[in-house]
Amino acid sequence: MNTIQFKNVYVASRSVVAGCLEAQGPLKDDFDKTYEDNYCNEKSFEKAERAMVYDACDIALRKANQKPSDVDIIFGGDLINQLTSSHYFARDTNIPFIGMYAACATSSLVIGQAAMWIEQGYAKQALAFTSSHVATAERQFRYPNEYGVQKKATTTSTVTGAGAVLLSAQPSKIRVSAFTPGKICDWNYSDANDMGVAMAPAAYDTLNRHFQSTNTDFKDYDLIATGDLSQLGFSFLMDLLYQDEHPVEHRLHDCGLMIYDTSEQDVFCGGSGCACSMCVSMSKLLEEIEQGNYQRVMVIATGALLSPVAIQQKESIPCIAHAIVYERSEG
Amino acid sequence: MDQKRLQDTAKAHVPKTHKGRNAIVAFVSGGIIGLIGQGLCDIFMQLLDIDQKSALPMVIVTIILITAITTGFGIYDKAAQYCGAGLFIPISGFANSLTSAAMEGKSEGPIYGIGSNMFKLAGSVLTYGIASAFFFGALRFILFGG
Repeated sequence: MNTIQFKNVYVASRSVVAGCLEAQGPLKDDFDKTYEDNYCNEKSFEKAERAMVYDACDIALRKANQKPSDVDIIFGGDLINQLTSSHYFARDTNIPFIGMYAACATSSLVIGQAAMWIEQGYAKQALAFTSSHVATAERQFRYPNEYGVQKKATTTSTVTGAGAVLLSAQPSKIRVSAFTPGKICDWNYSDANDMGVAMAPAAYDTLNRHFQSTNTDFKDYDLIATGDLSQLGFSFLMDLLYQDEHPVEHRLHDCGLMIYDTSEQDVFCGGSGCACSMCVSMSKLLEEIEQGNYQRVMVIATGALLSPVAIQQKESIPCIAHAIVYERSEG
Repeated sequence: MDQKRLQDTAKAHVPKTHKGRNAIVAFVSGGIIGLIGQGLCDIFMQLLDIDQKSALPMVIVTIILITAITTGFGIYDKAAQYCGAGLFIPISGFANSLTSAAMEGKSEGPIYGIGSNMFKLAGSVLTYGIASAFFFGALRFILFGG
């Protein structure tokens, strides 16, 4: 079995908070809260990321008129070692917590897991969140922020932001209808500065498996958004799909290319990070479903599961892509 | 999945690297740093009435100071993205690697943060600088007698 179908999982509320660069992008009006700088009134970038998780979860609960004690379980993840932002946030909640890591594919993973708990009746309400911060991610995976090394044109910029979604069995206008877990896809690509291209085959694999197991095709979706493939990985994926003669017809887009204006903003090949697919899907994509402009949307969050140590030991980059489908419901 | 097909398809999506442009920008910007250094050297020699040998360390220290300040204000990394090796190869690159790593370590305190992280990037320059100085010094002593 490749795809898990859900019948009773609905989006009760959702929220997105984003940093200053994202607040200048095309989706600025769709975010619930933005910050003036990347410190978010905190002393370190790590604390800033945690503050964004707090804000995102707080806004999501307030929108649904729920108290923290009404939430049965939380799923969350981020990019820092030991899921620092998520675990330190969960420390203060006193709610059962499951932390998950799939690099930038974490968003679909946590939502998929939360949906399973709701579907099976293990939880009445489940909260899922992810966060990422450009400064903490640079520090974790690359160089100090102010280090003057010339970055390659193929790199992407980590999105600063956090997104949260409250899932519940209570019908609402947006339904979570399916989840396709990804398989690790490693094609011996080892350029850590070009993760978009590295991840494209993982998205391609998940997309094909999802289509096969649900017997659907591009025409059944209003939009299929990949997570953070960058301009290069996105064109690579398009190429693979055209070779297979898939009727793509402008139904494919990429969250990392939607969150920034790549021609105006200085973000290299587009956005990436745990928050990238989360912020775009929780703001723009689900809003379109709620407004009735889209009936069915699939988000394929893509993650490059590289470790800086493994890359220095000349290993290739294992990649993964998890897909999640949202549908409009008349509930 | 067919790895060969993926590798062949991916080749078409690799962007062109602008090696010629990068080389010219690095040559010009590195040259400007050299020009500034020479200018500073002349100024120090004139103003302080010292010889070139005493003025050169002052030039180096001044460039390190300017780099540290511009790194702190977040200007240096933007300029370095444009200039590439032009700012990376001169002493400014070394100063920037120290300052940026020290800034990053600030949140973990003076010992475990700044102290142990400061030479994180510059460490390999020092290690191989000292090792090669020893090696070539020894070679010179053996071959030419000092």
